[in-house]
Amino acid sequence: MNQKKTRNSVRKSLPLYALLLPSAVLLFLFSYLPLGGLVMAFQQFSPSLGLLHSPFVGGRNFVQFFHSYQFGTTIRNTLVLSFYSILVGFPLPILLALMCNQLRNGTFKKVFQVITYLPHFISTMVMCGLILIFLSPSSGLFANIWHLFGAEFPNVMAIPAAFKHVYVWTDVWQNIGWDSIIYLAALSAIDPTYYEAATMDGATIMQKIRYIDIPMILPTAMTLLIMRAGSVLSIGFEKDFLLQNVQNIMSSEIISTYVYKIGLQSMQYSLSTAIGLFNTVVNLAVLLFVNFISKKLTDTGLF
Amino acid sequence: MSRVREKIRLSATDRATSILFYLIAVLMIVIVIYPLWFVIIASFSNPADVAQGKVWIWPKVINTNGYRELFQQSSIWRSYLNTIIYTAMATVTGLLINLPAGYALSRKDLAGRKWINWFYLIPMFINGGLIPTYFVVRGVGLYDSPWALILPFVTSTYNIIVCRTFFSSTIPESLWEAAQLDGCSTIRYFFQFVLPLSKAVVAVIALWTAVWMWNQWFNALIYLKSDELIPLQLLLRRILIQNQSLLGAATGEAANEQRQLADMMKYASIVISTAPIMCLYPFLQKYFNQGVMIGAVKE
Repeated sequence: MNQKKTRNSVRKSLPLYALLLPSAVLLFLFSYLPLGGLVMAFQQFSPSLGLLHSPFVGGRNFVQFFHSYQFGTTIRNTLVLSFYSILVGFPLPILLALMCNQLRNGTFKKVFQVITYLPHFISTMVMCGLILIFLSPSSGLFANIWHLFGAEFPNVMAIPAAFKHVYVWTDVWQNIGWDSIIYLAALSAIDPTYYEAATMDGATIMQKIRYIDIPMILPTAMTLLIMRAGSVLSIGFEKDFLLQNVQNIMSSEIISTYVYKIGLQSMQYSLSTAIGLFNTVVNLAVLLFVNFISKKLTDTGLF
Repeated sequence: MSRVREKIRLSATDRATSILFYLIAVLMIVIVIYPLWFVIIASFSNPADVAQGKVWIWPKVINTNGYRELFQQSSIWRSYLNTIIYTAMATVTGLLINLPAGYALSRKDLAGRKWINWFYLIPMFINGGLIPTYFVVRGVGLYDSPWALILPFVTSTYNIIVCRTFFSSTIPESLWEAAQLDGCSTIRYFFQFVLPLSKAVVAVIALWTAVWMWNQWFNALIYLKSDELIPLQLLLRRILIQNQSLLGAATGEAANEQRQLADMMKYASIVISTAPIMCLYPFLQKYFNQGVMIGAVKE
């Protein structure tokens, strides 16, 4: 009886399955099949033998990575960039949204928003091109500004210690506006009677922000923080890779750039896959952990 | 009396806060706009003026050699055209793949909805990574085909969730019940009734896919071999990052001149590759914002 009911509802869902089919096929091919390919992290994979016939070596690839001298460097660089990005890139859009929300002049506010969102649409490639051109020690914009004050501008991209600052603050420049949209949306959903009541009680703008705005956007902020934390080891490959050069490699070699070099440049497929898998597992663990903590503390979570 | 005075005092504080906010806002506008403006004026200036710091607000002398030289390169035209074609291909594919999936998942009567949801969610959190994906893409014969940049990556769980949220919150279930009574099939109903009511989400998905495709380069780097297939962003890598001159080698005085010309071509190539999206964006902003907002709604 129950089986018949199930069969009936499945039959009724057939057209819906048809709508799902294209995406499901693509996901299966390009997301689930590669998951099977993770087996090669435990093999001494050789393309000529294929996945089925390559010899298994257990955890040897992982051990090789943990013992390699790149292990410490790549992990440290990845974590430094990641935490620095969160530390700066997480609160600043919130502050911007709180401020933007107080701009009473409608036209000015609109112009302000359009302009601050604009850099988000610059491609990573062009962004890195801009960074290199502007920071050029001979003819860049910053060098010219420094020269106005009679100072010599250093070759910033050749200083390993400067890499993280360049990376993070150009990211702020590019994304602070865009990342604030979601908070502005949350702020605009606040019941205006709260503000009216606060004004009646003589609250200042700062007090309204402190006691109305911030508590109201806290759940949104927590959700976004969890998502960011979940990708703590997968800081953007593209920008890092493009800004990387021989001089700054000490602080710009991160896990993902290392995976690329080991895998597609030196063709050590198994080692590269093992490092990638390690990365994914750590990310997932951090995501689940932060989600757990957040659920305990603020009752907000992804799942 | 004291209350009134208090009010005046407080509003003075508020005025100061407000002025401070406007000042910060103006400062931010300058910080965002000036570098972009500088690229434009530098692309129209004498390279020597730019290098010596004589160009700040406006070109000293208008010089369009950078553009002229750039437009004489056939590689620019070809890669530009490639990017336009790929973007069109990706946008259409993205719509055809993600919208129907989002709709199907929004229907409560979908049998096995819970399991199917998980099937779509899992790839957001775990993936095979670079090498396994690379072998699959090669294995299905997409190597050196533009489809290698699109098919493996165009199914976006995030986009599908945005579609699902949109459909389940804006399309009333009674509409489907009525259509069903009239003997309308699910698939026809989706294309004939749901889509015309969903222009906003169609625009959101189309724009996101288009921007993603226009700006991507890494997949082209690893999956395309033929030089005539490369997209604009990859050509920009040669010009901007790898400092490869498109002009060929030269020596002595000519080399210096050529280096300056190469600098101009850098600015010019940034302008021509970024201008389309920058000019269109303010008119399309509404849709981009809508997308972020729909995506933020949790079910």
